[in-house]
Amino acid sequence: MDAFLPFVPYLVIGLMLAIYLAIVPIMLIVERRVSAWVQYRVGPNRVGPLGLFQPIADALKMMSKEDIIPLHVNKWLYIAAPALMVFPAFFVVGVIPWGFITVGGREIWIQIGQTNIGVLYVLAVSSLSVYAITFGAWASNNKYSLFGGMRSAAQMISYELPMGMAIMSMVLVVGSLKIEDIVNFQIQNHMWGIVFQPLAALLFIATAFAETNRTPFDLTEAEAELVAGYHTEYSSMKFGLFYLGEYCNMLTNSIMITCLFLGGWHIPFVNDMGFSPLTRDLINLGGFAFKVLFLMFFYVWVRWTLPRFRYDQLMNLGWKKMIPLALANILITAIWLAFV
Amino acid sequence: MAVNVKNVSEPRGKSWLDNTYVIPILKGLGITFKHLFKKRDVLSYPEDKKVLPPNYRGLHMLTRDENGREKCVACEMCSTACPADCIRIVANDSGDAWKDGHENREKHPKVFEIDELRCIYCGMCVEACPEDAIDMTDMHNLADYTRADFIYNKERLLGVYDEYIKRHPDRAQRRDGLHKQMKNSSYFTVKDVKHSDEHGSVH
Repeated sequence: MDAFLPFVPYLVIGLMLAIYLAIVPIMLIVERRVSAWVQYRVGPNRVGPLGLFQPIADALKMMSKEDIIPLHVNKWLYIAAPALMVFPAFFVVGVIPWGFITVGGREIWIQIGQTNIGVLYVLAVSSLSVYAITFGAWASNNKYSLFGGMRSAAQMISYELPMGMAIMSMVLVVGSLKIEDIVNFQIQNHMWGIVFQPLAALLFIATAFAETNRTPFDLTEAEAELVAGYHTEYSSMKFGLFYLGEYCNMLTNSIMITCLFLGGWHIPFVNDMGFSPLTRDLINLGGFAFKVLFLMFFYVWVRWTLPRFRYDQLMNLGWKKMIPLALANILITAIWLAFV
Repeated sequence: MAVNVKNVSEPRGKSWLDNTYVIPILKGLGITFKHLFKKRDVLSYPEDKKVLPPNYRGLHMLTRDENGREKCVACEMCSTACPADCIRIVANDSGDAWKDGHENREKHPKVFEIDELRCIYCGMCVEACPEDAIDMTDMHNLADYTRADFIYNKERLLGVYDEYIKRHPDRAQRRDGLHKQMKNSSYFTVKDVKHSDEHGSVH
C-alpha cells in the first residue's frame, strides 16, 4: 500500500480533471432534458438510449463546424478570449476539495494542492473570467456584442462584492480561510452553514447565479435581446470553449456552495453508524457528489422558473440591495461573535 | 390650473418580505418542479403520426373512371383557377376512340403536369373541376432530390391515385357523399387523434 504513495498526487490530479471534464457532457444532456421536461416537452431522446449520447453529437458538431475568423475582428483578442475563459475555470481546480479517503490508516485528501487561503484564491481566480468576456465583446467589433460584453463585465464585477462579503461572514464565524476548516467546523458543530448563516447562504447562491451569467441574470446572453451577446461572432470550437468555461464555473460555484453552506462531505448520521473508515468516507463522498449534482440541477430548475432581470434592475439589486444586506450580515455576525 | 401628479412606480402595500420575492420564487419553483412529473403532450413523429381529416389538402391525384382512364376532359378550368400557375395542360382531340356508350368525351389531356413546388395547396383546382377528375390526397412527405423531380406528370398523378385508393378505398369518388365520408372517417371516431398507421409516402 505504501508503494502507491508517490503516485497518489497524480491520481488525484487525474481524478479532479476527469470530474471537471466529465461534468460538461453530463450538463449538456441534463440541461437540455430537464429544460424540456419543465416545459412539457421531451428533449433530445434519439441519439442514444434516452438521448445519453447527445453530448457526443454536440461535441462532433462543434468540432466539425467551420472555424471562421471574420475579417472585421481584432484577431489576437478574438482568439485569446475563449482560451481566457477556460483558463480560470481550470486554474481554480487546484484548490477545490472533494473530501478525503482513509486508506490503510492514512487520510488521502482529494484535493490537488492545500493552501491556507482557499476561499480567497477561489474568489480571486474566478474573477479573471471577466477578462474573457470583455475581450470577446471588444474583439467582435460589433456594437451588440460590445453592449452585451460591457453589461456582463459590469454585472460580474458588481456581484463579486456581495459574494466576497457573504463568504466573509462565514469566515468570521469559522476563523479560517481554508475550505477544509470550514467544512470541519460544520461537521464538529453538527450544523450546516445554511442554518447558522441563512442570509449569507441566500446571498452567495444569488451571486453565484450572477457570476456565471445564468438566468435570471443572463441578460448578456439573452437571444431575444442581443442576438447572443458577447459570443455572437464565435463559431465551432471557440463557442464550445465559452460553453465549457461557463459549465466549469457553474461546477466550481456549486462545489463552493456545498462546502461553505451545505456541510460539504457530511451526511448527518453516517459518522456514528460504525462503518469501516473507507466505507464511511466513500458514503460521505457520495453525499458530496449528490449535493453538487443537485445544485447543478438547481441551476437549470431556476433558469426556467424566473424571468430575466432588466439591466437596471440587475445593477440596482447588486449595489443597492445586496451590498447593504451583506454588510449588515457581517455587522450582526461580528457583534454576535464579540458579545455572545 | 393645478396638475395632479400620481406616482405609480411602486405598487402599494408591499411588505418588506414581499419586496424580496422569496415566497413567490419558492412557489414558482414548486410549480416547475411539478411539471417534471406531469404527462407530456408530445407527438413522437415518425413513430406516432397524426390522423389527418379526409379533406386534407396534400399531393394531387388524377382520378380514374370505370374504364380505368383518367376522368379529366382537359377543360383547363383547374389551370385557370390556380393562383400559383402550376398546372400545365395540353389537350388532345379524342376522336372516336373515347366514344363508348353514354360517354362522349371530346378531349383528353395529352400532357398534364403539376409543379408541386409551385403549388400552394389551396385546393382551388379541386373546387373548379367539373368532372371530379382532380383531387388532393393526404400525402405530405414529398421530399426529393432535384427541382425537376417535383414536376408530376399525368402517369405519376394517376399512380398517386392508385396508391391512395389502396389505403382509402372509400375516397375514390370524393365528391359523392363527402359529408358521409367526413362523418364516418377516423378523424371523428377515433379518440386519440395522434396515432395513425396511414400516412402514405411518395417513394
